[in-house]
Amino acid sequence: MTRQRTWWKTALGVLLTAVMLFPVYWMVNVSLTRTNDLRADPPHWFPRDPTFEGYAAVFDQQLPNLTTSLLVGLGCVALTLVVSAPAGYALARLRTPGGGTIGFLLLVAQMIPSVVMVMGFYAVYVRLGWLNTVWGLIIADSTIAVPFGVMLFTAFMSGIPEEILQAARVDGAGTWRTFRSIVLPISRNSVLTVSLFAFLWAWSDFVFASTLNRNGDLIPITLGIYNYIGNNTTQWNAIMATAVVASVPAAVLLVVAQRFVAGGVTAGAVK
Amino acid sequence: MTRTHVRPPATREAPAEPGPSRRARGGPGRRGGPAWHRWSALAFIAPLIAYLVLFYGYPLYRNIDLSIHDYTPRAFVQGDAEFTGLANFADVVLSEAFGPALWTTAVFTLASIAAQYAIGLALAVFFRTSFPLSPVLRGMFLIPWLLPMIVSASTWSWMLNSDHGIVNSVLSAFGIGQINWLTSPEWALVSVVVANIWLGIPFNLVILYSGLQNVPDELYEAAALDGAGPWKRFWHVTMPLLRPVSAITLLLGLVYTLKVVDVIWIMTVGGPGDSSTTLAIWSYRRAFGTGQPDFSEAAAVGNLLIVLALVFGVVHLYLQRREARR
Repeated sequence: MTRQRTWWKTALGVLLTAVMLFPVYWMVNVSLTRTNDLRADPPHWFPRDPTFEGYAAVFDQQLPNLTTSLLVGLGCVALTLVVSAPAGYALARLRTPGGGTIGFLLLVAQMIPSVVMVMGFYAVYVRLGWLNTVWGLIIADSTIAVPFGVMLFTAFMSGIPEEILQAARVDGAGTWRTFRSIVLPISRNSVLTVSLFAFLWAWSDFVFASTLNRNGDLIPITLGIYNYIGNNTTQWNAIMATAVVASVPAAVLLVVAQRFVAGGVTAGAVK
Repeated sequence: MTRTHVRPPATREAPAEPGPSRRARGGPGRRGGPAWHRWSALAFIAPLIAYLVLFYGYPLYRNIDLSIHDYTPRAFVQGDAEFTGLANFADVVLSEAFGPALWTTAVFTLASIAAQYAIGLALAVFFRTSFPLSPVLRGMFLIPWLLPMIVSASTWSWMLNSDHGIVNSVLSAFGIGQINWLTSPEWALVSVVVANIWLGIPFNLVILYSGLQNVPDELYEAAALDGAGPWKRFWHVTMPLLRPVSAITLLLGLVYTLKVVDVIWIMTVGGPGDSSTTLAIWSYRRAFGTGQPDFSEAAAVGNLLIVLALVFGVVHLYLQRREARR
């Protein structure tokens, strides 16, 4: 009886997941559809006669944009880690003056609408001549990840047993040495989580890219897709193929680090 | 929208209990006393402080500066705009577009978070009972949250395409005629709300699911012994115990949804007309969406949005603190 009941639930669960992920399926389906089948009525539910012409277009036209996104993503990871890991250690383990205030500011920082940040950055970058630069975009994108990184590192590093740090100190390690040789290696899961999210958010960013980098030679993939939609609305298979390629980091993240993802969402919201 | 800006987990890997060890830190190490310790703390926190000042503080300051001057595109580059005090704010609030934009923002935000919450909660309750494949399926529900916004929004755009979209094709099988989802004023807002609900379900599911983990099984068993059916158990056990988590989820959803730009901009550009123009879209459009940017007006709208977000944000922080103290 219970066995039957759980199978019934699995069936329902699969059905719900299928409904939820239908748009994702549809994206893949359209990406494999031939251009002259795109306007078929009714649309083809399965790629009966799959084609990779959409993907060929991606590698033809979007490779530079993919590279830019990769660069921005990696730069954002580096900047985020450099700023947030030491700060997390300071807030968690060293008696930092004003630590409470900084924690509060970080929470507030996450609530600032991105459109406001974008305008501020635009105004600053116009003067500095930093518009349409990769590092300008890296800095702007990192503002999404830094508060998250600091809070995650703080939470994790507060949990490192004091005995370990004490032992390092007894052995003569200074604060920096302790941090580099003890704290960072212990925190590698946090480093991984922060890196993954920083990369994903920079990779996915549209608002900063579409404002700070819209006339550049090097545009990220999100803007590549956006321009595609604007220029060329007949080639939806190519647009969707680009979208599929742009989704790869998300897929990797989900497979590699699902439990970190769930942890990252759940966050301090509950606990 | 609810994807970026999540908060750090009190993860299982990190039992964040400073406990008595807190007192031990800063004890006499080899390199001397508390004064030295304070300096090293400053060295570790300094990059963050510099970062916050330069890349949060200064852009925010520039934004306020924009909103209290009259910046033409020329003055924007040269920096010689005329000081106008709160005139930009007055113009925005008194303009004809303000009422409708506020209304659109309210509809977009409230409809989104209400549906996200209801669906997320139903799914969380469903996934709470363990069954084969449950963790895998729950993991797959995260996908919409992880996809780049441009990917989701453009997929929805094509699905909702008037002539060739799958949605209209399915509806026509039920005898419903063509609906211009994205190009008619009466449906555009509905369309972006639907897409935004889809985007926000994973966030609600994950938070509410983890909230449900803290409801002890014994309570359900006791309620069942007392003859309460599933429906009664939901309303009299689950809902009351989940209330703090629900409040936090809804408030965070509110703060995040208020500032949504990308999904609306990609799907409808705020149109047709102003039919899907929220405050955030208004601000974005005035600054970046037209050939003649009006940064002062855009910044004024943006600053109103900050105030709105911070009001709800402070309520959220208050509730969270209270929850943490319990």
